Amino acid sequence: MADALGAFLEGTVRTATPLAFAALGEALVERSGVINIGLEGSIIAGALGGVVTAGGAGTGVGLAAALVAGAAVAAVFALFAVKLRADQIITGTAVTLLSLGLTGTLYRSAFGTGGAALGTPTLGPLAIPGLSAIPLVGPALFAQPITTYLAMALVPLASWWLARTHAGLALRACGENPAAARAAGIAVGRVQTAAIIFGGALGGLAGGTLVLAQAGTFVEGMSAGRGFIAIAIVVLGRWQPLGVGLAALLFGAASALQFAFQAMGWQLPYQLFLASPYLLTLLALALARSRFVAPAALGKIVEA
Amino acid sequence: MNTSALRDVSVVAALTMFALLLLTIILAATGHDVGDALTALARGSVGSWDALLSGTLVRATPLLIAGLAITLAFRAGVLNIGAEGQLLMGAAAATALGLAWHGPAWLTVGGLLLAGALAGGCWAAVAATLRLRFGVLEVISTLMLNFVAQYLLGWLVRGPMQEPTRIYPQSATLDTVARLPIVIPGSRLHAGFLLGIVLAVALAILLRRTAAGFRIRLVGANPVAAVSAGRVDAAVVAFGAFIASGALAGFAGAVEVSGVTFALYENLSPGYGFSAIAVALLARLNPLGVIGTAVLFGALEAGAVSMQRDAAVPSVVVNVVEAVLILLVVATDRWRAQRLTAQAGT
Amino acid sequence: MSAPALELDAITKRFGAVTALDGAAITVQAGTVHALLGENGAGKSTLMRIAFGMLVPDAGAVRVNGAARRFASARDAIAAGLGMVHQHFSLVPALTVAENVALGGHGRFDRALIANRVRELGDATGLVLDPGAAVSTLPVSAQQRLEILKALARNARILILDEPTAVLAPAEARDLLQWVKRWATGDHAAVLITHHLRDALSIADDVTVLRRGRTVLTRAADGLDESTLVMAMLGEPLSQGTDERARETLAGSTVLALHAARVVDARGVQRLAPTTCAVRAGEIVGVAGVEGSGQAELLRLLAGRLSPTSGSVTVPPSVGFVPADRHRDAVVLDMPLVENLALKDAASAPPWMPWRQLRGETSELLAHFDVRASGADAEMRSLSGGNQQKFVLARELTGAPTALVVENPTRGLDIRAAESVRSRLRAARNSGLAVVMYTEDLDEVLALADRVLVVHAGEVTEPALDRDAVGRAMLGAR
Repeated sequence: MADALGAFLEGTVRTATPLAFAALGEALVERSGVINIGLEGSIIAGALGGVVTAGGAGTGVGLAAALVAGAAVAAVFALFAVKLRADQIITGTAVTLLSLGLTGTLYRSAFGTGGAALGTPTLGPLAIPGLSAIPLVGPALFAQPITTYLAMALVPLASWWLARTHAGLALRACGENPAAARAAGIAVGRVQTAAIIFGGALGGLAGGTLVLAQAGTFVEGMSAGRGFIAIAIVVLGRWQPLGVGLAALLFGAASALQFAFQAMGWQLPYQLFLASPYLLTLLALALARSRFVAPAALGKIVEA
Repeated sequence: MNTSALRDVSVVAALTMFALLLLTIILAATGHDVGDALTALARGSVGSWDALLSGTLVRATPLLIAGLAITLAFRAGVLNIGAEGQLLMGAAAATALGLAWHGPAWLTVGGLLLAGALAGGCWAAVAATLRLRFGVLEVISTLMLNFVAQYLLGWLVRGPMQEPTRIYPQSATLDTVARLPIVIPGSRLHAGFLLGIVLAVALAILLRRTAAGFRIRLVGANPVAAVSAGRVDAAVVAFGAFIASGALAGFAGAVEVSGVTFALYENLSPGYGFSAIAVALLARLNPLGVIGTAVLFGALEAGAVSMQRDAAVPSVVVNVVEAVLILLVVATDRWRAQRLTAQAGT
Repeated sequence: MSAPALELDAITKRFGAVTALDGAAITVQAGTVHALLGENGAGKSTLMRIAFGMLVPDAGAVRVNGAARRFASARDAIAAGLGMVHQHFSLVPALTVAENVALGGHGRFDRALIANRVRELGDATGLVLDPGAAVSTLPVSAQQRLEILKALARNARILILDEPTAVLAPAEARDLLQWVKRWATGDHAAVLITHHLRDALSIADDVTVLRRGRTVLTRAADGLDESTLVMAMLGEPLSQGTDERARETLAGSTVLALHAARVVDARGVQRLAPTTCAVRAGEIVGVAGVEGSGQAELLRLLAGRLSPTSGSVTVPPSVGFVPADRHRDAVVLDMPLVENLALKDAASAPPWMPWRQLRGETSELLAHFDVRASGADAEMRSLSGGNQQKFVLARELTGAPTALVVENPTRGLDIRAAESVRSRLRAARNSGLAVVMYTEDLDEVLALADRVLVVHAGEVTEPALDRDAVGRAMLGAR
């Protein structure tokens, strides 16, 4: 029983890591007033970018390539959504489709129609001496791949950046009142573009984490809707980095539960558990009166 | 009406040409034999009556009906990206009714389709109510509801609706009286495609000819003016369009069950609800244009299967083509709007 | 005597064919409050936007503390020690006071440092605000203080305040003006753009009056009285006497009426005091008032587009309404003209839209009202602003309305288009409509109206139909 609980906790943190990366990135993008539902495209691009480079050049280069690939996909989104001021939902849908199609095509073209499994070295767990020995939570929190620690560090970092730097302030102003931001001398389009590209890079990192810290291989469409899950996490986390981190853990727990049930041999309808974080998010939206929490200018096209 | 129909046809034709051109470039760039691949594409989509009827048009059917759902919502300014979830709920409700009750064939099929529409409408009503009462962005709520619907379906086919042997994650198979009739004997083309055409014409008439449709378009184009100059109750119009959109998506799910799968599966829809967004946008939210773009997408996807089988070309390449088409349409629309405004001056 | 704090000399500024400023000048001494007065469109805001670097003048010089300056942007003006508080706030409601003050800076945002600065400034100037408070929770008067504080935090020594009291309750306005008076000493100076003569006379050391882009009066406030100012602002009373125009009372029965109708906005501030008035068939009632006086609310009550907070209105369903912001309120840019015509009766249209008939009506309307468009199927977006406006007016006159309410109907139109709009309004009156018209241009109101209602600070009065009397009433002069 304790073993199963330990495995569940470990699985929760492991599953939550890529979600946290993607959701933190999306949170920053949304705080700047843009909703990027093309994040899924950044994740899958990051996964492919990571897997093709890591084999030859090592996992470090793989993660860097994932970052770049994710950012590149986001740059396409920024071009249309910010520069051309096209509808963000439509553009995001197209970018997701583009990236899923392109990664699949490139992967199969390069590695055969069957998509021969492409193995890659993975990042092993990096146990932190002392802390990892704590019963139950020790292994879950402190015997994880380095990417998990990176995600953990990113949460307070993003909080600090948003609250304590002028750049963070400018970003929030763009999402709340672009006209006032412009009056204060802030280049709104440039801030949003930077946020989108950074958010895409984190999405790419999420994809890189999937292949380099978990799966060890690339599978077409392996992002499996994580870009959309990230948007749910952002909402449940109320657009705050700390909240987003916790919400990512909750979503991670819901899917880890599935494996825990299977391991315990319980015949419970785990789908209902998988669905629960989404229902919770909807409930939170209805009760919190989203307009008071969501950035006021979210999704609105800013006219020059 | 005639000139605009002509314009629709020429737009779809231009898009098709562009899609083929783009596909050629991608195939050449990724080192495939372009001739082989395009031949396979044609063979799988329009190369024979069977490919056209059982491949292209059967695949086009859910895209067409769900595309109309998106069209209706987007025209009202409602960004319903939850057609996927509404479609799945429609499929589930239709299957449940089809398995539980049999009447005469026409009544059974009719009831089953109605149940699908009802379920899709109810599923959309959740997001529509959240928008109306609490100001929740429908983009976010429908996205959540898609996941919930997918999991709910996963549970249904492993739980209460699982087939009697309890081995496969799917429902029992529908009786023949609950199936949509085949339109052309020897093919798999079912009556759902014709229903889709009828719905497209009906939606076109609604939007163009009726006051209700006009109000929907007004609310989508400028809700403030609709209220101020037209004294239209914009919130109520958007609410109604949202639910009707969900009903159409649910109807698409019921048609898919009753016409193609005959049972409820977890992977019933390979993302029809999302592709439908592309289908609707490419048609510039014009219902009759949706017929064209849905058939185009149906052909691309049917052809992609044979391209992958016969010419070793990854089928997902068509997604790239679809995406570039959307971006192209978006960009030209923006340029056009900017140019017109610039020309008119102030 | 040291160099003036701010000096604008022989400033000329043209917008296309319109000359907004024609050699205007103002000299603001350090340690003084300087009131800048003028009617709507006299050029006050344009002059101050030039001082603040938001506009570049076509000719003339800007000097700050005696040194000539050429500001390329507001940023340059801020660096030179200027600060401007606009009539419409540019605050981010979701951020705190300190964050709004810090907005636009670089590097690390030291919350404690900024909070201290806010407190220090509060101690030094009396503009006390809680640095940690979210702006959305602040009352309007505190938001106004914050706007000033933002300028002071950037070391502004010369403050330009554009109609700062327009959004404030009377007691708040008094406090603010007294603060300005106290602050403007030593090397500080304040410019107060205002419509309120009493405000100007009560606190200003000097007064400058602009009329049609020229400085017509500039002197110390001491010994000035309201009537001198009114005279300067309005110009010599045109000896009209010409037409007691064909104003034999055609006016018939009452069509629109307000009964003690009062409007209070979302913040609880009264926008329109309890008002009782009536508009009869066959008359044009002009509405005059400076921006933000409550005339927008009065018009919307009369057009049936706004419900009063208390009191009641009598408005028939068939009132045509031409709002000022046509792009937002009156048309759909992406729809063809025929659909923009149908927009008017969209709520009550028959189940099947009679497009053929509507298309015919649209073509007729285009010809009849001289709207330049390629046809009934032309997109609204493809029309020029003047033609869009003519279209909206024409639309609101169709379908036999019994009343018509128009807001700034000729703004942005060239002379010919404006004249054609005016003649339509006369024709509408002569055909028996009750017409209510607001325009910023007092002469236009006087030329058209049979009676004038003046709104000043939410109070509606009916002065004699005479330029001087109306002008005085608009400015709240007794």
